[in-house]
Parts: sequence; structure tokens; C-alpha cells
Amino acid sequence: MRQGNIQVDPQGRLRHFLTIEGLTPSILTEILDTAESFAATSEQAVKKLPLLRGKTIVNLFFEPSTRTRTTFELAAKRLSADVLNINVSASSTTKGESLLDTLRNLEAMYCDMFVVRHAESGAAHFIAQHVAPHVSVINAGDGSHAHPTQAILDMFTVRRHKGDFGKLCVAIVGDILHSRVARSQIHALTTLGVPEVRVIAPHTLLPAQIETLGVHVYHDLREGLRDVDVIMMLRLQRERMQGALLPSEREYFHLYGLTEEKLAYARPDVIIMHPGPINRGVEMDSAVADGPRSVILQQVSHGIAVRMAIMTLAMRVRPLAAEAGEAMTARKTK
Amino acid sequence: MDIDVESLLARMADEITALLRKRNISDPLMIGIHTGGVWLAERLHRLLNIREPLGTLDISFYRDDFTRIGMHPQVTPSHLPFDLDNRHVMLVDDVLYTGRTLRAALNEIFDYGRPASVMLAVLVDRGARELPIEAAVTGQRMELNSNEHIKLHGPDPLRLSIRKRD
Repeated sequence: MRQGNIQVDPQGRLRHFLTIEGLTPSILTEILDTAESFAATSEQAVKKLPLLRGKTIVNLFFEPSTRTRTTFELAAKRLSADVLNINVSASSTTKGESLLDTLRNLEAMYCDMFVVRHAESGAAHFIAQHVAPHVSVINAGDGSHAHPTQAILDMFTVRRHKGDFGKLCVAIVGDILHSRVARSQIHALTTLGVPEVRVIAPHTLLPAQIETLGVHVYHDLREGLRDVDVIMMLRLQRERMQGALLPSEREYFHLYGLTEEKLAYARPDVIIMHPGPINRGVEMDSAVADGPRSVILQQVSHGIAVRMAIMTLAMRVRPLAAEAGEAMTARKTK
Repeated sequence: MDIDVESLLARMADEITALLRKRNISDPLMIGIHTGGVWLAERLHRLLNIREPLGTLDISFYRDDFTRIGMHPQVTPSHLPFDLDNRHVMLVDDVLYTGRTLRAALNEIFDYGRPASVMLAVLVDRGARELPIEAAVTGQRMELNSNEHIKLHGPDPLRLSIRKRD
């Protein structure tokens, strides 16, 4: 809970975005509503908005990721911010400069937001605890802990297709154990009031006591998919195939790969999601990935709008309490 | 409050017609600013028989006080279903006060293209401008105190109300 509190200011508004835990349903809904406005803008011929003009956003990536970095960069640029992309592993920290020194230097360059990806769980929290008061931090994935922006873009995609979270049955399939996406998805789904969240995975790819997060556990894909409205597939890291956790890609696909035949157990209007990139023929058949129920490419588009919303909401948390009343009056001006 | 909005609109339509004739503009575009401006623009668009579809503008993303007050979620997207370049634009809003909404509207319009001219029609001009912006056509001028707030209710019927701010 203490970790969650750093994310909001005394007025309960978003300040950093580090994990779904500790965020209220109203904050998540505000992000989704704001993203809806940005999604409409993204569909227009002119996609650039002046909201973060003059701000500098640093993509601080300690772990390589082309797709996530690109969507954050595009989101920031569509908001008219200046963007710095810093690949830290190839930069100053290898020269012996500490992380905090790197942060101080970036702050001295008047940066306003850090988008952080790191292989260690808790790295984004650590940075958020040490940045200057005017700087916001967004977690773009830390270890196996959290990937909250991915989870919110998944929620956005679900809401666009299904509307009401309160009646849904959602299945998350695959490597739950190592997945920061799955953890954030589970928290987002339960926070937004999804009544039934299922996780479907072999014993070796499930964390102990996963049920305490409020999910139902299945080990049989067909049984787990029965009557679900949404299927969230997870990426399987190929290197884990060779270890003790799984016997082979082929056997995994046989038991847990999504095919048209297994899909028949879900509801006819089921949607299929995947955070990408897909291992075709391992997590799912190409026919399913490219089929009419797949919304995987929409997730990518929605990722930009959702990240624009999160950046905008986190960056607006500048006013002091005394200014807020005056600001509300200003809103009414014409 | 006893103001007949529909008769003000009829008079504004006459004034706009005269203005367009004077400026030799035969094929204007009309854009309403959310929310009240759109309601008024819908009426004026019909009254003036404007050929091109009506455009709508939500200036929330262009406000100059965003970093102080944040923004309202669920912004209605702007919809400008025409090419603005070299066209004459009649911009419609309900209340002209500080001029900051119009500043934002002009910025947004210029993100879509470079119109030949932009004219402004407002239902109520309450003065107290903070920016050098003036309307070409005004339904009614009103002197209001700074603690008073005027609001257009609609879309059907259209009604103006004045409230005191707390």
C-alpha cells in the first residue's frame, strides 16, 4: 500500500504511474476516459496536440524494447513534448556512474518526466522516490513486477469491445509466473470490477498462491476457456522452453496453444488479445492471431492513446492546493 | 432570465448574411465550439442554408491553463469534415468573455489548415477581454460582474441563465 501511495498526490490525483496496485477504480476510469478522447484525435489527419509543449520526457530504458519505447515516444511527440531516448545499459552507468547520478544529471537538464524500463522489479519505484518534486515517473515494465501501461491499454481495448466490465469473464493464458503484464492485468481487471478472472497455465508457470489475487486457476485450456468473453494470451520467452519449466515448444502448443478448435469453447463473440510480439505456432495459431476475433493490432494503436492519457494526467499534477480553487474558476472563463 | 435566444439567432443570421455579402463571400464554412457554440451553429447553419457540412471544435486540448487545472476527461473530438485551406470560416460560440477560448479555437483551426479568413459570431459578448479578440456578429452585449457566470442551456430549447459564483 505504501508503494501505491507514492503514485497519487494529496488530492488523490495521479502523480507517478508505477503499478496498478493502490490505484482506485476512479483513477483507472479517468485514464480510460481520457484515452478515449486521445484515440479520437489519433484518428484525425492532424494528430499533434499542444498539451505538453515545452516539457521534456526521457525514455530511460535499462532493458531494450523497441515496441514499448516507440509507442511512448510517439505518445510524447503527439503531445508536443521533447523526447530523449536513453539506452542506459550502453551509456553512462557502464562508465561507473551511479543511477542516482544519472538521474541528477537528467534533472539538471530540466527533464519533466522519466519513462523507465528496467530488468529489476521495483526500479521505477526507486527512481520515483528519488526524483525532484516536479518530475513524474512512468513504469514501462520492471522485472517480473508490473507493466501497468500495457494493462491499461488492454483494459481500454476490452472496454471498447465489451463496454461493461461488471459482467465479464476474462482468461489470462500462459506464463503467469514470469509475466509482469499478467500481474498488472489481474490487478486492473479486479479493480475495474470484472467478476471472474481466470488464469490458465501449467503448474510450472504459475506463482504460488496466485488465488490470493482473486483469480480462478485452470490447468486445462479447454475447460478454462469455457464461456469466456476475453482471452489474454501471454508471450512465452523461448529461452524458458529449454529449461526445466517446459518440456518443448511443441508440447506447450499442444496443451496451451490457442487454435480454432480450442477457441470454440469460448463465447462466440470472444476477443483475443496478446501483448506482442507473438510466437506464432507456440502461443497461438496464425489463423487465430490474424482471425476476426483477434484485436491484437488494435491493442498497439490503443497503446499510443493510453500512454498519451497517462502522461497528460501525471504531468498536470503541478498546482499547489491554494492554486486549485483559482484554477477551477479559470475553467469557467470564455 | 428573459432573453429570447431564437429571435437573437434570427437577427444574427441576418447580420451574418449582410456581412458575407459585404465581404463578397459566397461559400463560407461554419464551425461551432463545443458545447453551446455547436448548438447555436446548428441553428445558424440551417437558417443560412450553408452548403458545406457543419464543423465542430472542442478546444479542451488547446487551453492555456492545462497545467494548472488539468483537463476534463471525455473530450468530444473535433470534427472538421472539409479542407480549411483558403476558405472563409464563420466561427460560432455562445459567450465571448476573456477571449482565451477563441485563442485556443484559432490555434486548433490553424492545426488543420490555413483559412482565408476567420470571422466570429457570438450570442453574448460580456466584455472584459484579456486578449485582442472581437466578434464580427454579436447577438447581445451584457455588462456582468466578474463573479457572475452566464451559461447557455440546450439544445432544445436554448436558454440563457446567469448565476453568481460562490
